[in-house]
Amino acid sequence: MKSDDLVSRAENTWCPGCGNFAILRALKDILRQMEGDGFPLEQFVLVAGIGQHAKIFDFMNVNGFYSLHGRTIPVATGIKIANPDLIVLCVTGDGDCYAEGLEHLIFAAKRNIDITVIVNNNRVYGLTTGQYTPTSPYRFPGRSTPGGVKEYPLNPMELMLSAGAGFIGRAYTRQYEGLRRVMYEALTHRGFSFVDILQICITYNNLTEYYNSRVYAWEENKAGDFNAACLKAREWDYNRDTPIGLGVLYRTTAPTFEENHPVPEPLQPDEREEIIARILEKRV
Amino acid sequence: MRRRYQADPGIHEVRVFPVRVLFTRMSAIFLFFGQVFSMNQKHGGGLVMEGEVSVLVGGRAGDGVSSAGQMVAELLGQLGYRVHMYLDYPSRIKGGHNFAIIRGAGQTPGAVRRGVDFILALNQETLDLHRHRLNSGGVVISAADTAGNNDAIEVKTGEILAAEDAPPVMGNSAIIGAFAGAAGIDWQTVETVFKKTIPRDIQKNLRVARRAYDAEETRRHISPRSTTPVPVCTGNEAIGLGLVRGGLGTYFAYPMSPTSNLLHFLAGREEEFRIRVFQPESEIAVILMALGCSYAGSRAAVGTSGGGFCLMTEAISLAGIAELPVVVVLGQRTGPSTGLATYTAQSDLHLALNAGHGEFPRLVAAPGDAEEAMTWATHCMNLSWKYQIPAILLPDKVICEGMFSIDPGNVPAVRIEPPLAGDPGVPYERYALTGTGISPMQFPPLHDGVVRVNSHVHDPDGITTEEPGVTRAMADKLERKEQLLRSEIEDLHPVVIAGDPRDTTAILCWGSCKGICAEIGSRMGLRVIQPIVLSPFPVKSFADAMAGVEKIVAVEENRTGQLSRLVRQFGYPPAETVLKYDGRPFMVEELEAEIGKVIR
Repeated sequence: MKSDDLVSRAENTWCPGCGNFAILRALKDILRQMEGDGFPLEQFVLVAGIGQHAKIFDFMNVNGFYSLHGRTIPVATGIKIANPDLIVLCVTGDGDCYAEGLEHLIFAAKRNIDITVIVNNNRVYGLTTGQYTPTSPYRFPGRSTPGGVKEYPLNPMELMLSAGAGFIGRAYTRQYEGLRRVMYEALTHRGFSFVDILQICITYNNLTEYYNSRVYAWEENKAGDFNAACLKAREWDYNRDTPIGLGVLYRTTAPTFEENHPVPEPLQPDEREEIIARILEKRV
Repeated sequence: MRRRYQADPGIHEVRVFPVRVLFTRMSAIFLFFGQVFSMNQKHGGGLVMEGEVSVLVGGRAGDGVSSAGQMVAELLGQLGYRVHMYLDYPSRIKGGHNFAIIRGAGQTPGAVRRGVDFILALNQETLDLHRHRLNSGGVVISAADTAGNNDAIEVKTGEILAAEDAPPVMGNSAIIGAFAGAAGIDWQTVETVFKKTIPRDIQKNLRVARRAYDAEETRRHISPRSTTPVPVCTGNEAIGLGLVRGGLGTYFAYPMSPTSNLLHFLAGREEEFRIRVFQPESEIAVILMALGCSYAGSRAAVGTSGGGFCLMTEAISLAGIAELPVVVVLGQRTGPSTGLATYTAQSDLHLALNAGHGEFPRLVAAPGDAEEAMTWATHCMNLSWKYQIPAILLPDKVICEGMFSIDPGNVPAVRIEPPLAGDPGVPYERYALTGTGISPMQFPPLHDGVVRVNSHVHDPDGITTEEPGVTRAMADKLERKEQLLRSEIEDLHPVVIAGDPRDTTAILCWGSCKGICAEIGSRMGLRVIQPIVLSPFPVKSFADAMAGVEKIVAVEENRTGQLSRLVRQFGYPPAETVLKYDGRPFMVEELEAEIGKVIR
């Protein structure tokens, strides 16, 4: 497998101007870069949920598992448990990860399993045409909430800090270099890594002007300071009109789940039979 | 009007009795007709059967009823009995009434009797609740104050423990010692069982037991049988061994009765089996992790009960379209919903048959005892991987948590087949269309290709499509796999025939009702038919088993007759159904009376 044929024969069906294009481009660039670093591309597995984000599965020519809505992370966990040599990336959405399947995100962070989760967070359901999501702001006029949402959004940054994620970042699809860099850092981080990507939905929730006037880059030299990260995470709560920091929010290392559960050398069939016979013999 | 059920024209003269079935039938006849049983000792619980013995152990939760019951089962096993233990307990950690009934006979019994020959009462409540079960000549051994129960043996546990400076936890050793003494079991057998079953302080436990043993004279002698002892284990353990035999690499489960002990058994032997066992955050995570494992080439299984399985159903459907193997152990308990958490039922057959939206092949096998549980756990693993389908092993609580003698000679070897490999010259396609419907299954990393699995309708390469022709071709592919699986199943003895195979009245049963029906069928001269495989339904084997049957009496532990509903689709409407749905399994006397009523 080579990085020059990363694009599959499938027709790209995202809306022109969709933020997902930037994420696709960044992923291709990162895989080429990783290949240049000596990483064999056939070790890469992309796990997608269900949503507009997930169509990336069809557009790329890489190993993949097109899973259920909200269920990328347990699949990725199983893949990594079976073969820790694989590099496993979950591409998810804000409905796909923060609504359905939120528990898996929290537990993956808790376990520190060495997978990467990126959330294409456009703060609206695209595939189902325009309903509110867990990160839509208060009073968001979704199609299922014509009078405006009467709930406040989740702050995924805070959630991931409290769940114990070892790598937490945020990026924005209209700032390509920052997006590419944070995704690369996440993919190459040893342990669980998480990136919330503020993704433009050109059709249902175009926040380009809003983000452009508020985003700034976090200083990364204090990324290991948990308390500082908590303060930074609370600066913008996905609702109030405050500055929006981008970059690496928090980074620490700890033993990974798969290091704590190494793959044993499997028994040969005759060894299995011997052990089973021995166990039964003891039960006589 | 009577209806005669026949096999397909042209083959109905050909009686198919595979070796396994012949064995079952012959041994059942040997057991139940080869021995004399007397009808004249009727008292309280009912008949005393010669050549068999029943023991009830009762107490509060936390009193060690299960482990004491296990020791009784082991003692009977050492004496050459084939045993079955039924464990009855409420859903609480401390307090409440628990009891176990252990029945020993010449052939592994599939059920217990209402009448018992010994009651080992760890508290007064046991006497109050179960005294009426005692057969004539039966013996009560009690740790409780038995004032007013002159015939009971009151074990002086307090004095014995004080004399040996032993902790209260060893009180049950005194009870077991007294039981062995009253049953005339030789001391060496007691020692053997203690050494096998007690994890520590064996000598002190034995000294405690010995004092109680010596204090008793033989009240009702349990005579040893000439048969060689065989292993005794729970159904959950048998399932675990069967999965390991099938190449299990990883086991995932969220704790739930009645399969929690399967989780504990495998977790306790991770190193020995060189497997890994995980307890994820929910049953949804459990099955999706298993599917992730199978995508990456590691054989995975999961265990749950009805409620947990409901959470898994979306992923069962995913396994169907993505053609990912996974084995689900679905241990049935009383529903709907939380139901009776620690009691049995056979009410999830149609859940297992229909779980998951859309149409896709699946294997559903309901074992009737520990031997079948072990055998079919292995078949499930093997066939799930061979056909790239979900396989559901469908035991019930009686099998999962009950103990059974298991004769390894009755558990056939299963050849574990590697998944279909691809043709090295051809670019790899995960869903390549083949004549059998089975595509080569490879795992990442591939040097010269990618492995894509997809929950959407997909083309042979795994890329999403909405094209009608491809949609049809992929549905046909799944159907071809089912046809092939169905024909392979017919060769695996998917339908067991017991009792009198010539009788025109057939008891139709499934799961743990198998043993009790075989016993009663043999005694009453009725044919007994037990389909193990329920999907794909083994139409031919079932027709062969039904050949010549004029009347079907279905025996099930549910309210609506779920197997009856299934076989009706294939043209076999049961004339009568005998149903039990109170969370407790049929007892021998009870079912015998019920069947007696409906066959007249």
